[in-house]
Parts: sequence; structure tokens; C-alpha cells
Amino acid sequence: MATQHEMELIDSATRAQQAMEGELGGERMIINMGPQHPSTHGVLRLVVELDGEEIVNVWPDIGYLHRGDEKLAENMTYTQFIPYTDRLDYLAPLANNVAYACAVEKLCGMDVPPRCQYIRVICAEIARISSHLLGLGAMALDIGAMTVFLYAFREREKIYDMCECICGARFTTSYTRIGGLANDMPADFLLMLRKFLKDFPTTIDEVDKLLTRNKIFIERNRDIGVLSKEDAIDFGATGPILRGSGVEWDIRKAHPYSGYEDFEFDIPVGTVGDCFDRYLVRMEEMRQSVRILQQAADNMPDGAWNSPDAKILLPEKKATLTKMEELIHHFINVTEGINAPAGEVYFSAENPKGELGFYIISRGGGAPHRLKIRAPSFVNLQLVPVISKGHMMSDMVAILGSLDFVMGECDR
Amino acid sequence: MTPPEAVERLKIKFGEAIGASVEFRSEVSVVVARAKILDVCRFLKAECVFDMLTDLAGVDNYGDDPRFEVDYLLYSLTHRCHLRLKVYVSEDDMLVDSVTAVWRTADWHEREGYDMFGIRFRGHPNLKRILMWEGYPHYPLRKDFPLAGIPTELPETAVDAGKVETAPMLGGPFVGGTGTRSAIRRDPRQYDTIAEQQEKLKNPTKKEPV
Repeated sequence: MATQHEMELIDSATRAQQAMEGELGGERMIINMGPQHPSTHGVLRLVVELDGEEIVNVWPDIGYLHRGDEKLAENMTYTQFIPYTDRLDYLAPLANNVAYACAVEKLCGMDVPPRCQYIRVICAEIARISSHLLGLGAMALDIGAMTVFLYAFREREKIYDMCECICGARFTTSYTRIGGLANDMPADFLLMLRKFLKDFPTTIDEVDKLLTRNKIFIERNRDIGVLSKEDAIDFGATGPILRGSGVEWDIRKAHPYSGYEDFEFDIPVGTVGDCFDRYLVRMEEMRQSVRILQQAADNMPDGAWNSPDAKILLPEKKATLTKMEELIHHFINVTEGINAPAGEVYFSAENPKGELGFYIISRGGGAPHRLKIRAPSFVNLQLVPVISKGHMMSDMVAILGSLDFVMGECDR
Repeated sequence: MTPPEAVERLKIKFGEAIGASVEFRSEVSVVVARAKILDVCRFLKAECVFDMLTDLAGVDNYGDDPRFEVDYLLYSLTHRCHLRLKVYVSEDDMLVDSVTAVWRTADWHEREGYDMFGIRFRGHPNLKRILMWEGYPHYPLRKDFPLAGIPTELPETAVDAGKVETAPMLGGPFVGGTGTRSAIRRDPRQYDTIAEQQEKLKNPTKKEPV
């Protein structure tokens, strides 16, 4: 008779239990989601420790787009730094311009006229729509809904046309100046804006129809990357991430700047704090931005579009070329920069990605002593290890898309 | 509760450790002694409900003593106000208590402070460089670090393992030739030096379109 071996018949539940406790000796795998990756939204490197398909730990590695903006700012005047602010959150350059101009104006203690404020609000809201379109489009693309990406980019082309109309550049706008704007809004800009506002809600509805009740999209986003309210506040999350987790806080309502107190709009707030809530918050924010833009276009005030403070701004070109005092004034302004008072200010704006803050330490003169950029993407990226533990590798893509960060701002 | 009231409560509780407070453009900054910063932060989060750390910045005041400074910007969601704490750090003892135990967001901010200035944070769970690579020898945001940078060795990567190959066309013509309609003669890869390219472009040997 053949020897009988004893065999342990383990059923699948026990086997799974043993696997979780490590008795079967499942190997943990460390993979690299390298800086070059279609789904990491820029140059972000993630070192992911996987147990099979499940994420055990994530270490984000940033700094691939570090250009030394803060060091550069110490070596140039405030006005010279404006093009660098375009390249922070390069998906919404107008919003960064507005935030920076408001920060330096707060330092100098100067006000801008209402027309300038309303134009800045229009710029910021256009930037918000543009950024959310790309954020949602990229997230949908990564999850597999490619049509949404193309719809979003078709609308973004219209926004680029508007940017080109107002400041000459589609992308790197550098539109605001300290104390005002580079140039007044052209005559046909409001026509373009109204036409855009007429057609855009249809696109949001189309995207809504494609995604919001789509079973696959819901399955890939519901209860993925859940961020509790306490964690969101503890980690300093701001913007749609904080609002998706249920905290009703928007700088435009809490500390209104640039005339936002005149506008009527609502703040969408989520409940669960998962990827789907963040998606819904961004969708609704776009609709609210349309509302703000409509009000701004209807109530655009006339008048000066630059602050009357002549010392800060460059004089009119005609006067510079013909009169002596304006020539000297222009020269001093360009070479020495504005004469900012000594002191420290922090100003933050509600950027599409979150709270973009500029902390300026000035010792007087035209260049800051220290300019710290509080980048929302830098702070929000800390959440990746926290909210992706326990999910699968394919959920990482949804989580990264829903956090909607941009590396230009994160690395500065 | 407003920021000046919070400063008053700090002065009552911590006395000597709280220094001068400044109000500029309706923002309040108060100097805190380096040894007490963790206790002050715990107190502010628990009692005055400054539940969010908005920003943590390092500053290099070259020429002053103490040279460095760490600025904490706190925000209260309930009271909707900011408060700034300043901690002066001298160059010979660049150690500050980490506040990651109070607000977990301080993690990356402090790593950036260490990366850019060299300020170490005691009790930080993972004090490594964040923007520059591990092993980078300098602290870039210090005032004595030049704007153009200091040439340093790049880290080894898996691909080239420390060896850098020269570019294949180094020494040869990098750009295509101009002044000719022939795409064949325009191509730079057939020449070894720029001189050869220019000579061949000026004097075409074969019967080709000029």
C-alpha cells in the first residue's frame, strides 16, 4: 500500500486569512511609478510598495520640476517676477497672476479700482474653469473615459482664445501688474465671454451625462481615496479636496478679495470625501464659475483699470516719450522696481487647485527679501500615502486624478 | 477670538517665552522662543483652535544674529483668522522641535526647510531632502548660495551607472546646413566636422539641386 501523506486542505477563506497575516510569505513588491508616466500628471515619481495588487505604502518623490522660483524672486523686482507666477500652476496662469498681484498690493497697502477688480475676477474664474476642465478631463482619460478629455479640451481652446484676446498670449499670460493690469479689456472680449457662457453649460451637461451616472465611473471612484474631515484639516488640504471632505471653506467667501464680495455664488461641499465627491465638487464649481462670470459681464464697471497711485505703475507711453518727469519716473520704476514698504504679508487666493498663498517678507525696496509660495499642490500631495493605502494599483490613478495637483506649483 | 487676544493668552500662559508682537496690514506676528515652540503650538491648537497650519517657511537673514528664522502661519477655521509665529534659529544650533505631532501637514514643509536652509527639526519622522536629491551637498535658499548654483555631481542612475556618454554628434555640425534646397546635403549627420559641412555646402560635388 502506498504511504499516505497528510494533506492540509485549506479553504479559500483561510488561505486569504493566512495571506493577510503573512504566513504564506507573500512577497511585497516595490515598483516605481516613474517621473515619466502618463497618469502621474506631470513629473512625479511614486515609489509604491505592493502586496499583490494592493497598495501597502507610497512614497512620493518630488522635485523634478524644481526651478528655484523662490531664490529667483529674491534677485529680481516684483514686476519682473510676474512671468514666473504664470509657470507655477501652468494650467491656470491667470489665477496665479491675480493672486500675486493682490499679494504685492497688500504689501504696498494699495487698492485697485472696481473695473480692475472685476476683470481680475473674470480672469480668475476663467482660469478656474480651464483648470477644472483639464483636471476632470485628465482624470477621466486615466480612468478610460477618453471622450470627456476631448470635450474638455475643445472648451479649453475657447478659453485660450479668450486669454489671447485679453492679453495676447494663450498660455503664459502675465496679465496683471502691481496696481492694475497690463492693458484694459479689449472691446470684443465681453462678446467672446458671453458667447462662451452661452455654450459652455451644454458641455458641462454633456460631461455630466457621460460620467456622473456612469456605472463604471462610479465603481472606480466611489469610496476610493476617502479623506475624513479631520485628516483634511490636519493635512492642510484646501480647495476642492477640503470641500469634498465636507468642510465648507472657500477663501472667496471667508476672506473675499478683489471684489468677490459683490458676487452671488454657492460653494459645493461633499459628504464622504472620496474621489467621486471631489469630482462632483469640481463639476459644480464650474457651474458656479459660470454664474460669477455672468454677473461680472453684466455688471462690469467703467472707469480706470489701473490704480491711481502713479508711483507704482508705469506712466502712459505717450507721456513717457514726450515729458521729462514721466521719463524719469518710468526709468526708475523699471530699473529699481516699486518702493515697497518693509514688513511681512501673507495673501492667499482661492486657486482652482486650492489655496495659493504668497508670503512676502520685504525689507523695503523693489525686490523681496523672501518670497515663499504656499503651493496647494505641494500640500495636497502629502495626502497620497494617506488615502491610497489599502486600495489597488488601478485606484492610484483615480486618486491622483482626483487630487488634481500640478507639479509646476508643487516643485516651484 | 481675534489674533491679538490669542497673543494675550499666549503671554499669560507662557510669559517670558513670548516676545514682541507686530501687527502689519492687519496680520499679527509674534516671536516665540525656540525651546517652547512645540508647547505653544499644542496650546494654540487645543485652546485657541488654530486647527490648520497654512504655511511653514524658513528664512535666511544673512548678516543678522540669529541668522535663520522659521515662520509658522496658523489658521483657525472656526474663528477665521491667521496668526504668525516666528522662531529665531542661530547658525551654530540649527535645531527646532518638529510640529508634525500637532499638524501632520508640517511634515513636508519642514522637509523643505531642511532641504533649502539646513534647519533640522527634532522629532521629524522622515527628515530627508524633498526637492533636491538625496546627497546634494548644499542648501540652496541660503543667501550665500549663488543664484547660478554651484556645479555638483549628479547622482548615479540605473541607466548609466555613473558614466555619461558624450553626445553622438559632439564636435560635428549640430544644425543642418542652410543655403541649399537639397535635403540630402542639409543633413548634418554625414559630416564629421563643421568645417567639412560648410565646405561641402559651398562647393557641391555631385549634380544635385542647388
